[in-house]
Amino acid sequence: MRRLLVANRGEIAVRIIRAARDLGIGTVAVHSQADADALHTRLADTAVGIGPSPASKSYLVAEAILDAAERTGADAVHPGYGFLSERASFAAAVADAGLIFVGPTASTIERMGDKVAAREVARAAGVPTVPGTPGGVPDADAAAEAARSIGYPVMLKAAAGGGGRGIRVVHDEDALRGAFGQASTEARKAFGDGTMYLERFVERARHVEVQVLGDGSAAVHLFERECSLQRRRQKVVEEAVSPGITEAVREGMTRAAVALCREVGYTSAGTVEFLVDDETQEFFFIEMNTRIQVEHPTTELITGIDLVAEQLRIAAGEPLRFAQPDVARRGHAIEYRVCAEDPGQDFMPQPGGVGRVTLPSGPWVRCDTWLEPDATVPPYYDSLLAKVVVWGADRDEALARSRRALDEFAVDGIPTTAGLLRELVDEPWVAAADFHTGTLESWLAERKENA
Amino acid sequence: MPRHEVVSPIPGVFYRRPDPDSPPFAEDGGPVSDDSPIGLVEVMKSFHHITAGATGTIVEFLVDNEDEVDAGQPVAVVETP
Repeated sequence: MRRLLVANRGEIAVRIIRAARDLGIGTVAVHSQADADALHTRLADTAVGIGPSPASKSYLVAEAILDAAERTGADAVHPGYGFLSERASFAAAVADAGLIFVGPTASTIERMGDKVAAREVARAAGVPTVPGTPGGVPDADAAAEAARSIGYPVMLKAAAGGGGRGIRVVHDEDALRGAFGQASTEARKAFGDGTMYLERFVERARHVEVQVLGDGSAAVHLFERECSLQRRRQKVVEEAVSPGITEAVREGMTRAAVALCREVGYTSAGTVEFLVDDETQEFFFIEMNTRIQVEHPTTELITGIDLVAEQLRIAAGEPLRFAQPDVARRGHAIEYRVCAEDPGQDFMPQPGGVGRVTLPSGPWVRCDTWLEPDATVPPYYDSLLAKVVVWGADRDEALARSRRALDEFAVDGIPTTAGLLRELVDEPWVAAADFHTGTLESWLAERKENA
Repeated sequence: MPRHEVVSPIPGVFYRRPDPDSPPFAEDGGPVSDDSPIGLVEVMKSFHHITAGATGTIVEFLVDNEDEVDAGQPVAVVETP
């Protein structure tokens, strides 16, 4: 690998360029019109404009990206997260063009991206899955029949859905029969596939995910992250490791994730997501993300392993550089996603120009961002401004450092979520790690009422 | 007849349809009421309904589907009785 094209923007493009540079690999940035002067565009050795500002006309146009790769002599493409990162056809097109795709093979992306197929892989690997139907159900009668053995409440999920879209919770058979037809029609419209399946709904669920690395034959885990603090199914705060599971669950869950990777011969970095029933500590496989994730720095801080650099090494054909016993963890890391949103206005996105920018740094504080003084936050892309990631010898120390880091974060010109995140750190239920995937939203609702 | 300008409160990309397969929210010459949606503005991956803000008839759309709009920019004109 000599020259890497980064098919993304924002903080992750910057992050990938840095990893490539650390390894002595040349870099090519692609950018939309709005990003012509963005940090990733300026940091890369070469930059190529690939179209107008909306992502659908630039970062999502595979042909424009492949054309940029050809023109610049790039021999590899890193897709980052979002955009084309989990589109199997893009991975295939990159490979067909004779280039290295930094990620798993197109067939693995396709298999793990289809929730029904992914659950079949999990079952084959002996990984526990949420009680539910093995595949799609043809109609409301079949759904009602299945739900009787799964037990209510159940979730109706679109096989082709994602990011929390295409999901309905129903509490009894009447509700299920009422919702089935509409949910299926909506899924067909939204995702081009109306296939629905059923799953048990866990009331107090934690979202815990295992980071894995594979080279096609060997696979290791890098422990887990807890991502239960969510708003509208979007992660807000993540930490490594999970403060909400026992050591026995950690053992079982990480072993299960590695077994899943071996089952599919997984190549590159990936994340195996689990749902943990907080009451019973049962854990169930939900899905696999076949890409680098936003919250990967927390894992890097506790293991000392640069996940993006390892992705590049594996993509270049190197075998995994460590066996499981070589992967150790130390301390605790927490990531806060600071977004250009106004918590006082129901998290309304806040694009626009910024003035002075003060980013936290100092001992054991990492800030991954694309933001610079006098930059413009474009309206076209997601609202993530920066990821503030802190490390501590233990969770209490990490929380104390979070206070310092978030207090330092300041952006003039637009509202951000930094103040809200700072407030969150002082909540006793956060300190006690007494939360599940619904807790943050209840707290926000309560806070709004009291305001 | 009084004319009411429908303004996008936020910058972003304007859409006339709820999704690519559906008909437009409103047509030129079509009736609208105060709270009827006439379009969507996508900003930072979130979608916001733009409501007519007046009851009457749409005279014209001032922007095309998928046009970029600024905060405070008029996107349509409604003729009110």
